[in-house]
Amino acid sequence: MIRLRPTCCTLAALIAALAVLPAGCQPQKEKNDRPMIGLAVPSLTHPFFIHLKNNVMDEAGKLGVEVVAADAEDVAARQMSIVEDFIARGVDGVLISPIGADALVPAIEALNQAGIPVATLDRKVSGGEVLVHVGADNVEGGRVAARYIIERLGGKGNILQLEGTPGASPAIDRKKGFEEEIAKTPMKIVASQPADFMRAKGQSVMENLLQVHEDFQAVYAANDEMMLGALEAMQAKKIEPGRVVTLGYDAIPDALRYLKEGRLDATIEQFPGKQARTALQLLVAFLRDGKKPEKAEVYIQPVVIDSKHLDQAEQK
Amino acid sequence: MKQLQAILRQYGILLGFAAVIVALSILSPSFLTSRNLLNLVRQTSVHGIMAVGMTFVILSGGIDLSVGSLLALTGVFCASLERSGVPLPVVVTATLLLGAAVGAANGVVITKGRVTPFVVTLGSMSMLRGFAHIYTDGQPISGFSQAFRWIGSGEILRIPVPVILLLAVTGVAAFVLRRTVMGRYTYAIGSNAVATRLAGVSVDPYQCAAYVICGTTSALGALVLTSRLNAAESVAGTGYELDVIASVVIGGTSLMGGRGSVWGTLIGALLIGAINNGMNLLMIPSYYQLVVKGAIIVAAVLVDRFRASDLS
Repeated sequence: MIRLRPTCCTLAALIAALAVLPAGCQPQKEKNDRPMIGLAVPSLTHPFFIHLKNNVMDEAGKLGVEVVAADAEDVAARQMSIVEDFIARGVDGVLISPIGADALVPAIEALNQAGIPVATLDRKVSGGEVLVHVGADNVEGGRVAARYIIERLGGKGNILQLEGTPGASPAIDRKKGFEEEIAKTPMKIVASQPADFMRAKGQSVMENLLQVHEDFQAVYAANDEMMLGALEAMQAKKIEPGRVVTLGYDAIPDALRYLKEGRLDATIEQFPGKQARTALQLLVAFLRDGKKPEKAEVYIQPVVIDSKHLDQAEQK
Repeated sequence: MKQLQAILRQYGILLGFAAVIVALSILSPSFLTSRNLLNLVRQTSVHGIMAVGMTFVILSGGIDLSVGSLLALTGVFCASLERSGVPLPVVVTATLLLGAAVGAANGVVITKGRVTPFVVTLGSMSMLRGFAHIYTDGQPISGFSQAFRWIGSGEILRIPVPVILLLAVTGVAAFVLRRTVMGRYTYAIGSNAVATRLAGVSVDPYQCAAYVICGTTSALGALVLTSRLNAAESVAGTGYELDVIASVVIGGTSLMGGRGSVWGTLIGALLIGAINNGMNLLMIPSYYQLVVKGAIIVAAVLVDRFRASDLS
């Protein structure tokens, strides 16, 4: 017990010091003219989120606001503590792409309690008060994809579909919208199998499907990675580009390269960068002028990118 | 009688495998065609080659969780070498050496540092994945020369090169395990490391060698995968360690070490491959695939165990 006492004293002193520090170190706020925004994305190693972050940073420069970004490494608890750090640091607003719709509700509630406005980007939360959500409508994206194939094939023919990770919401939504539109035509989805959004899996699943299916006129994959894997499988089977309509999703740089080389017909662009910029603009407008967004949810319309519309792609 | 039991324990999994093959052949007319069977073995080659290396580690009483991450790192490494115009033999040698070196690092920390393999390789699994992301900045590397693509998509006498590599690696491994001092010591260490040490065997180098072999086969798997896919990504091989370890265990190798064979591992890998292939052919909906895959794996191992215990 005696030995423990000095440790206790040190701890108490440390805690006291920590309690005083944040207040002392807090930056002087100049009436929200140059607000500080905390950006909490699920990961800063995944190309998609790097793209989001870069767009937020660029837009922040234009708007004259400061952005601090933190990497949650795809762990919900870590994202929660990042938000807590933001509150302690005294940020003026938070832009978050929550790792879990339910898991991050306490974080949103903590922000509400601290009176810090928060906007969600790309992914939603299921509770708490959010200023605005800006995202992509994956169901609509699936519909847009289906309409492209219907138009290209004149409403006739057989389709192979590669699905995303079973249970993941983009996988469910992109499939739902696609199948909804196809069901309105005489076209048939002759096979629909999961390839978990992975390129290598897209290749092997396509190889397997090619063992059974010869009569198909289109291939739709719920992301570009799977589509590029499938294209390798088709090439090995000597299915020349152009013989079937191929359509991916996300408009990643690698897919755009295949598009330029004429090996892929089209992909769906959801403008993640534009989403990020829009969310930041709405948040900053609210901080500066107290202007509330007109709608609680803002969705950017997805479009088809084919060789004629390459210039519309964000990551060209 | 004991011998018969041992043989059955080792080959009992063949019965489970045969059952799956027969069932799939009846359910899908496209399954039992030479075209599809070659396709199936080719798809199994990457996991299979990695599982052969993993067999050494598990036989020696260890485990290596870093194989999927090492596949990603060696994959992006060989891809970037290839893209910068380095001749093929150099690309292959350098990649295999990198795999061996990482395996050696794992082995040294485990044997000299006396840390459990689970913890060491859990750590390297995360580190290697990080290195792969750093090396590529998360971007895929794609588009290779015809010479490099031959590794994954070439054929010799109508047999795909990856299949030949898988069979060659398995054959060499079987020879090493059965006929060489190193192989016998690997079994001995896995059965009882202390007794082996007391018998005057210097255990550490042999234990370490198992990780070197495992690292090398991961690198070979990376060469095949990268070449076949015509792309390398830092996210490649996520979760592969589980399929690879499952192949070894389904193949009858004891997770406690000291018992098993690479031929069993080959069957285990083919069984997992056949299930994936068969489910695609039969167009089983995605949610059911997870259930079916797990159930068949457990059932196949159960058949193996029942056959073994019937005789005792």
